[in-house]
Amino acid sequence: MKRAGRKFSQYWRGNVMFRVGFVLTAVMLLFVLIGAIHTPYPPTAMNEGAKLSGFTPAHPLGTDHLGRDMLSRLMTGAGTTLLIALGTVLIGAFCGSVIGALCGYFGGLLDESLMRIVDALFAFPSILLALLFVSLFGSGRYHVIIALGIAFIPSFARTVRGEFLRERGRDYVTSARLHGVSHLRIIFFHILPNAGDVLLSSVLIGFNNAVLAEAGLSFLGIGVQPPDASLGRMLSESQQYLFKAPMSALLPGFLLVWMILGFSLAGEGVRAGER
Amino acid sequence: MKRRSLLKSTLLPMIAMTVLAAVLGGCAGGKTADSSSRITIGIPQDIDSLDPHLMTAAGTKEVMFNVFEGLVKPDASGDLVPAVASEWTVSEDAMRYTFTLRDGIRFHDGSAVTVGDINYSILRAQGTGIVPALSEIAVVNTPDDKHVEIVLNQPDSDFLCNLTCAVIPEKNTSPETTPVGTGPYKFVSRSPQENIIVTRFDDYWGEPAGIKDVTFKIEANADAIVMDLEGGSVDMFARITSAQRDQLSDKFEVYTGTMNLVQALYLNNAFGPFADVRVRQALSYLLDRQGVMNFVSDGEGAALGSSMYPAFTKYFLPELNDLYPTDVDKAKALLKEAGYDEAHPLEFSITVASNYQQHVDTAQVLAEQFAVSGVVKASINTVEWNTWLSETYKARNYEATVVGVDASTLSATALLSRFQSDADNNFVNYSSPEYDKAYQEAMSAVDDAAKTEAYKKCERILAQDAASVYIQDLPCFVALNKKYTGYQFYPLYVQDVAALKPAE
Repeated sequence: MKRAGRKFSQYWRGNVMFRVGFVLTAVMLLFVLIGAIHTPYPPTAMNEGAKLSGFTPAHPLGTDHLGRDMLSRLMTGAGTTLLIALGTVLIGAFCGSVIGALCGYFGGLLDESLMRIVDALFAFPSILLALLFVSLFGSGRYHVIIALGIAFIPSFARTVRGEFLRERGRDYVTSARLHGVSHLRIIFFHILPNAGDVLLSSVLIGFNNAVLAEAGLSFLGIGVQPPDASLGRMLSESQQYLFKAPMSALLPGFLLVWMILGFSLAGEGVRAGER
Repeated sequence: MKRRSLLKSTLLPMIAMTVLAAVLGGCAGGKTADSSSRITIGIPQDIDSLDPHLMTAAGTKEVMFNVFEGLVKPDASGDLVPAVASEWTVSEDAMRYTFTLRDGIRFHDGSAVTVGDINYSILRAQGTGIVPALSEIAVVNTPDDKHVEIVLNQPDSDFLCNLTCAVIPEKNTSPETTPVGTGPYKFVSRSPQENIIVTRFDDYWGEPAGIKDVTFKIEANADAIVMDLEGGSVDMFARITSAQRDQLSDKFEVYTGTMNLVQALYLNNAFGPFADVRVRQALSYLLDRQGVMNFVSDGEGAALGSSMYPAFTKYFLPELNDLYPTDVDKAKALLKEAGYDEAHPLEFSITVASNYQQHVDTAQVLAEQFAVSGVVKASINTVEWNTWLSETYKARNYEATVVGVDASTLSATALLSRFQSDADNNFVNYSSPEYDKAYQEAMSAVDDAAKTEAYKKCERILAQDAASVYIQDLPCFVALNKKYTGYQFYPLYVQDVAALKPAE
């Protein structure tokens, strides 16, 4: 914890990118948290009299084509998108790290066989893989998390494997081996912390990709199911009304940019802080 | 020196160009009268076949309606009118249909239509099996060179609507590439994924088409429709959305009609809770049709109470719309009887194809209307269209779905036959001996009034059984450049281009 605090203040003082990214992300998280506790209207409540209303006192950010309050939907929608991205990265980073660590550390046949599978997965764009999983197991937010999570494993596995390949020949690993420390302990307690920084920045980048992938899946209509909101779902629903109510597309798009900008700046800041 | 050369090299050609453009513009201006004898019509997808007996897509048939004709053809009011045949008689027992060949009628290639061509065409269409009803034909006789007699296996006074199948010349060996018919337009060329070009057939037996050259341009990208209309590369587009309509300038006349389909929350009657008629009726009581229409189609469209839409004026029963007035208390009472209350709510999922926004929106509004009762919890499951077709429609693996069902022929059978217990396309798994009996009655009735009455009985049974939750016929908007006029809606999937004419 203390170490994390020290790192944070090091990044904070170190560069502007991290500071901007952190503030953007914090504001976004606050927005989502408030949305989780309270929204001005129920996000799925329809209002026949106020379809595609512009900015009005009753609906500060307007309404969508079924008269649902945009602000409320944005709050819960951003939350859903964030939750899916978080879950995706968790699955991807965890499984990817384990696979990458084992491959990188042991090498040999295990490495060869596992990495060829990972390579095969890598050959498909992640959104295509996710599409495949969703059509096999059904849609809905939890299926989307699992589908995207699996699709994200290869990139994490590759990154972590590279780190382990580099570290496993180092003196501290050899001496730990000579002291009779078990393989698993060396992997997870000696080497993994040294791969932490690389992992962190790939988590942040992976997070961005996950946000976009969720938006893409929901945009195609197979991600989050109506009437629930997610940023991609809202974008997809608004496309028919682009000329009539441009704000119903611009607002979720703006929030998406905000979210991604915040995370990627923070990620970039961490990377710069390491140099 | 430099400046002079600039003047010489740039300005002079520019002036020359401007003058030239003005002259060219003048030419084009002088030709405006001629330009309206040409029209470009946007169509949403490429045609699947040029062979009239092999084409299956509704989008193909609506285009080729202008090229091919059968013995009879539908008109805008939904009646069958003479086409290749000038008149016909039906025997008392509805087994024998006798047609008289129209005098002097010619194919697009100039040759005269003979009874042999008709015989060939009907047997060919029967052979491809695309129109299953043609299998009812036992034999086609040609007693002389003016008459064709079609004899059926069993009486069917409604058989005429199947004889819209195209009459084509027997000697044409390549109907797939060089289609020849008798319609008001003759085929010129086709570029796959690009366009189909037809031109007026001057020897047409009927009223000649108002516009000479017609190009059907394939507009695969729905988002570009408004821009192409406004930009002038397309003059007409059928079935634009209300959002697209709102974006069009006053250069366009927008014709409002209905899509001629039955949009409903189709309930899988084989799914546990929906096997109980009380549950199905309760859902009907929870529905507020006008509310759905207000949300989904700005209040436009036509309310439906059974599997029949108003364009079928002969069969439509408007009183069925009021069979289940919105009544939440009554719905709750029915659900309670069936064993559902606040503690044990009725839960089901609505499967809907994600590419049809109006169906997705309808599902969302329905879920909201059902939720008012506090006893019904409907979730929505959007799937891709092909998945919907294979899993929901063909495999019947669903609980409820929102979709629009259309009619392929001008007969009530098109909308009613699927609800027979053993029908192949009975995707709602509806099963009612009473319905089957009423439908058989309609099939075997020879007298038209008795037949119509039997069809109406079928509709009433469907409504009383609440086989599904019938909602509406969606509005349909057709954008036509004001340079042209005369668009006509048909109760079928048809674009009658011959009726269009330049506005003057």
